[in-house]
Amino acid sequence: MFPSLTQVLDTLFNGLINGQITLAIGKSMGRILLGFTIAIVVGLILGYFIWRYKLIEDTLGFVVTALQSIPSIVWFPLAIIWFGLNDFSILFIVTIGATWTMTVNATSGFKNVPQLYQRVAKVYGSSGIHFLRTVILPASVPQIISGLRIAWAFSWRALMAGELLGGGGGLGQLLEMGRSLGQMDLVISVMIIIAIIGTIVDNVVFSRLERNVEVKWGIRKRA
Amino acid sequence: MYLTIDGIQKSFVNDRKENVKVLDGINLNVKKGSFVSIVGPSGCGKSTLLYLVAGLDKADNGEIRVDGELVSKPGPERVVVFQEAGLFPWLTVLENVTYGLNLKKMPKEEAKAKALDVLKMVHLSKYVNSYPHELSGGMKQRVSIARALVMEPDILLMDEPFSALDEQTRMVLHKELLDIWRKTKVTIFFITHNIREAVLLSEEVVVFATRPGRIKEIIPVPTMKDGITPDSVTLNTEQRILSILQEEIEKVLKEEIGDDYSFKTDHLHRGDSGDMGSHI
Repeated sequence: MFPSLTQVLDTLFNGLINGQITLAIGKSMGRILLGFTIAIVVGLILGYFIWRYKLIEDTLGFVVTALQSIPSIVWFPLAIIWFGLNDFSILFIVTIGATWTMTVNATSGFKNVPQLYQRVAKVYGSSGIHFLRTVILPASVPQIISGLRIAWAFSWRALMAGELLGGGGGLGQLLEMGRSLGQMDLVISVMIIIAIIGTIVDNVVFSRLERNVEVKWGIRKRA
Repeated sequence: MYLTIDGIQKSFVNDRKENVKVLDGINLNVKKGSFVSIVGPSGCGKSTLLYLVAGLDKADNGEIRVDGELVSKPGPERVVVFQEAGLFPWLTVLENVTYGLNLKKMPKEEAKAKALDVLKMVHLSKYVNSYPHELSGGMKQRVSIARALVMEPDILLMDEPFSALDEQTRMVLHKELLDIWRKTKVTIFFITHNIREAVLLSEEVVVFATRPGRIKEIIPVPTMKDGITPDSVTLNTEQRILSILQEEIEKVLKEEIGDDYSFKTDHLHRGDSGDMGSHI
């Protein structure tokens, strides 16, 4: 029931070397990177339209907020019926959870751009795409990064749940395999890997991103 | 006349859905290369007028022309220096100053050279690659002025640019602004609530009445030929303007405090019931 620490580390190490765990990491990371990227792009685009057109805000905006409260894995049964029990379904749920979050954060970021900056930009002759690219987007970066962090968390959870239920390779499936074979050491090894990946992404990637912006903007002193 | 403001009227709808008339028939002409200030109590519409000249807002009636052309939208020919500088925190000082030039598709090297020139004029050459948060309020405002000047505008519109700064910084920036004005001969349209500042800097002071905003009087500021004005003349002009504004200031205070506030005698008059006759 509870394997010893040495047993776990042994399985972990072997799994990394012989490829069992390494392959699973690759599969999972591939899925989440793809899904996450799509979510960012779609989220920014939707966020733009909701911010720009009041009509869209009143209709789509409201829907997005409602959809955001649905946990990503809840979409899985629907995805299976629509797309079948395959890679695409898993990608679907990974993307969908993050998309609503990115949309909400993007809209919020765009809305909170101080009117002063907008006035300055207009006075110097900026408009249209230039205005978006040089003022709205940079000014929203702190909020967007904040959204990225949350979106990643949702995507990651969706990914693990999807792989656990759906199979098709990846860390989640490895968990299920470990369970069905009674290999608790494998299960715990995978859990350790999941924790490590999560920590690296949050502490290395996002924290660093956030800190760079804060130092540049002067919100945080150079530590 | 370089800048003509003709019969401008502007109203806003306030929170209580009432129509508030902010500007009631403004007529003003400004010569090219002159330095004109607008002085008035808070809420008299002077900033609104500046926004209309900038093209950031549209008047209900009347028209504004610069060099004969109708003002319809904002543009770098009528660049604005805002009270809070408004530098983009994600850009360096140099990038902030070249923002407008890049928009005009000026080649990078040329834009950089021009920016460095104008930053030298405002004495910020050492901070060219700093980020705005590393600068003091006065320095930020200098960058804002540099950014505006590098566009070689028809008119420099300044919306209470020094109001948020301390006295010493303001004194330094006054001198710098006057130097720049004499050197570049740019037309300056300057908004302030500070009478002394208006008299120190401009050639003409337009005194505004409030609620609704109207031009009450235009006071020319006497300057000696060598540019140095004796303090007594400055003081005299200030007093003149203050006495014109007194009525307007009392109007604002009465609205805000509610009682009869007498500006000169400096006491609160609480109506007849509290009057024990001590003033007889």
